[in-house]
Amino acid sequence: MIQTLEGIVSEHPFFKGLDERYIKLVAGCAKNVRFDEGQIVFREGDAADQFYFIREGLVAVELMIPQRGFTTLQTVGEGDVLGWSWLMPPYRWRFGARTLQPTRALAFDGKCLRNKCEEDHDLGYELLKRFTFVVTERLEATRLQLLDLYGAPA
Amino acid sequence: MPEHLVLGREHLQGLFEVLKTRNYQIFGPTVRDGAIVYDELSSSEELPIGWTDEQEGGRYRLKKRNDRACFGYVVGPHSWKGFLHPPAARLWQASRNGRGFQILEEKPVKRKMAFIGVRACEIHAIAVQDKVFLSGTVADSHYQARRDGNFVLAVNCGQAGNTCFCASMSTGPKADSGFDLALTEILEGEQHYFVVEIGTELGREVLSGIPQAAASAAQVEKAKAIHAGTATQMGRSMDTTGIKELLYANLENPRWDEVAARCLTCANCTMVCPTCFCSTVEDVTDLTGEHAERWRKWDSCFTTDFSYIHGGSVRATAKSRYRQWMTHKLATWIDQFGSSGCVGCGRCITWCPVGIDITEEVRAIRGGPPSANGGHSGKERHDTDA
Amino acid sequence: MAPQLENSIATRAGADPMLPALYCIERLRHETDDTFTIELAPANGSSEFHFLSGQFNMIYVFGVGEVPISISSDPQNSKTFQHTTRVVGAVTRGMGHLKKGDTVGVRGPYGTHWPVEEAEGRDVIIVTGGIGLAPLRPALYHLMANREKYHKIVLLYGARTPEDILYRRELERWRSKFDLEIQVTVDRGTRGWRGNVGVVTTMIGRSPFDPSNAIAMACGPEVMMRFAVMEFERRGLSSDSIYLSMERNMKCAIGFCGHCQYGPAFICKEGPVFRFDRIEPIFGKAEI
Repeated sequence: MIQTLEGIVSEHPFFKGLDERYIKLVAGCAKNVRFDEGQIVFREGDAADQFYFIREGLVAVELMIPQRGFTTLQTVGEGDVLGWSWLMPPYRWRFGARTLQPTRALAFDGKCLRNKCEEDHDLGYELLKRFTFVVTERLEATRLQLLDLYGAPA
Repeated sequence: MPEHLVLGREHLQGLFEVLKTRNYQIFGPTVRDGAIVYDELSSSEELPIGWTDEQEGGRYRLKKRNDRACFGYVVGPHSWKGFLHPPAARLWQASRNGRGFQILEEKPVKRKMAFIGVRACEIHAIAVQDKVFLSGTVADSHYQARRDGNFVLAVNCGQAGNTCFCASMSTGPKADSGFDLALTEILEGEQHYFVVEIGTELGREVLSGIPQAAASAAQVEKAKAIHAGTATQMGRSMDTTGIKELLYANLENPRWDEVAARCLTCANCTMVCPTCFCSTVEDVTDLTGEHAERWRKWDSCFTTDFSYIHGGSVRATAKSRYRQWMTHKLATWIDQFGSSGCVGCGRCITWCPVGIDITEEVRAIRGGPPSANGGHSGKERHDTDA
Repeated sequence: MAPQLENSIATRAGADPMLPALYCIERLRHETDDTFTIELAPANGSSEFHFLSGQFNMIYVFGVGEVPISISSDPQNSKTFQHTTRVVGAVTRGMGHLKKGDTVGVRGPYGTHWPVEEAEGRDVIIVTGGIGLAPLRPALYHLMANREKYHKIVLLYGARTPEDILYRRELERWRSKFDLEIQVTVDRGTRGWRGNVGVVTTMIGRSPFDPSNAIAMACGPEVMMRFAVMEFERRGLSSDSIYLSMERNMKCAIGFCGHCQYGPAFICKEGPVFRFDRIEPIFGKAEI
């Protein structure tokens, strides 16, 4: 059974509790996308007008470091949200993203949603609440990563 | 109805002689270095005859009595654990043998030790350590060997000290069991004798060679009056109602920071406490590296290294270490061994250089008002040296 | 109070429990630059060594000292056993310099074991980081040897870098041979690493186990276990279905030295494996 975009969006835990009409609106800004292995999802510095829900696969969030090359900082996979630079100016990607496996995702038109949030602050609040949660989760995980817990004793 | 006999003061030495002929090494109180300590005795004359002690938080002084009582003091810095669970003990030796090595076991040696002058609180302390070392899935055979050969001559305290609180811990002042013989010293004008309670057949046997008489009802009453009197003189008290739950619920009480500001983590309390049992293991070699030994030595949870694991100590702060000691002694000990680890002897209060008072700390955590006499933090000094 | 896990101490009848038995090194293999595995066999004769997954031995290096190390081999093998350890001090450093044929002292096995029986008929979610995989490896052997008794088995393993991944070949073999889901992640990727990068705890949220019928076993740095427990609870696991392996300083391993106390528990007797509801009141409390 092929699910409609609206069906996928309404079932996704990220949008749990979101009003019906907003689900419709958000689904209207979404489309299914597919990447092969090793494909660039977005480049550091490019305009950040989209965000993604990974439905299957593995994506590396990376940075180009001179002498070290493209360095993976974190990977995101099934069920994760990718990208929040679309939320605030200058709306540019600060990191790059590249798939490590064939990946399916839902891509959302961030630019369109941004404008709609400006018009309807209730929608804006609902989306920001949810993105703040994603960002804090990512921050906590990054803090743990920084601790180098398995490293040499203090 | 326990059997009571009377032993004249002049026959105390006879008791020593009987123990010697039975091959006991005799240990008991004696004056040394300005304190009453436990050491090997060859004669009853080495007892602290005519001495008493004055104790307070962070203070211990000896003072001459105006009588010739043999046991007219309470407890000093030593406890019997020094003989049953020695401060240093070799566990085994090993020597290199080609690519490998061989181990030479240190077999437990049964020692016949007679302890003279064991107080009720100390009997309880020994019982507490018996639980630790003998009642688990593994028993300490060296401790067992020393306990098996133990003769306990208890003494019921004729007075209580300022830091004593055995009454509130239900560990004294009268010894009810755990002894071979128990003496209550009575001095009345010219008379000086001991009312003796027989605890075991061995006690009866040991006493049988010494001139004795049945105690009269009056003499027994005099002994009982002394026991009752001592119980009213306790300098400290501890309310143990729900103490385990109290401490478990107060692990983050600000009082721990307050006591930490005073505590020097000097470990005196753990050294003098008759129930503290923590030890460490030291593996050493000789200079050639051919011969190795493993030693067990007393240790204290107050040291920074005590809780060290790869890279750091779990209990780095003084606060956490004081909290560990006190909650172990009064709370987790109950879950571990079925009774409190504290016998109310007061040594930790006396021998703390800054006079931290465990009874006061419990009171503070309960949230009650500070006690009338307690709360001496070593700041007030009693200058009444002998 | 939560029921205590069964404690299996193997002490030879009458032997002084502080006396090590002599074992020879069959093999010493360097796993990473600071981690190695030793395989031990009895020095004399062919006495068997039995242990349960999660238990540990006290290993003595002549003249240096003795340390507690979890047993990391297959419990079904009673002829030899292995310990995987990082070099963290004088004893482990000394141990790492030993050669095949050298002798060490062994006391044990001590402690409580992983709940492989409780887990029968349920999903099993294992979360581990760094050297924490070593004490869980015996449990994994047991689960693989009795695969039909368990439902879904998931292993989430976090390592520092790809070079620090332990037992690589074995993990590959298990993944392909048995129905075992393994997700490996690293804190820091290196060139050529095409796998997960990020802390292992982030993988618990989407891991395919049924929290209403699962047992979780976790072992690793305490901070990692703290966050793993939060994630387990977020998934709906009850505190009596979560098991952790705790660690403290240890000198005797037989309940006399007092060093390994964790609240009222002696880790050498009531641990190192604890059912979480038992330690919940003090877990995570600073400096306990």
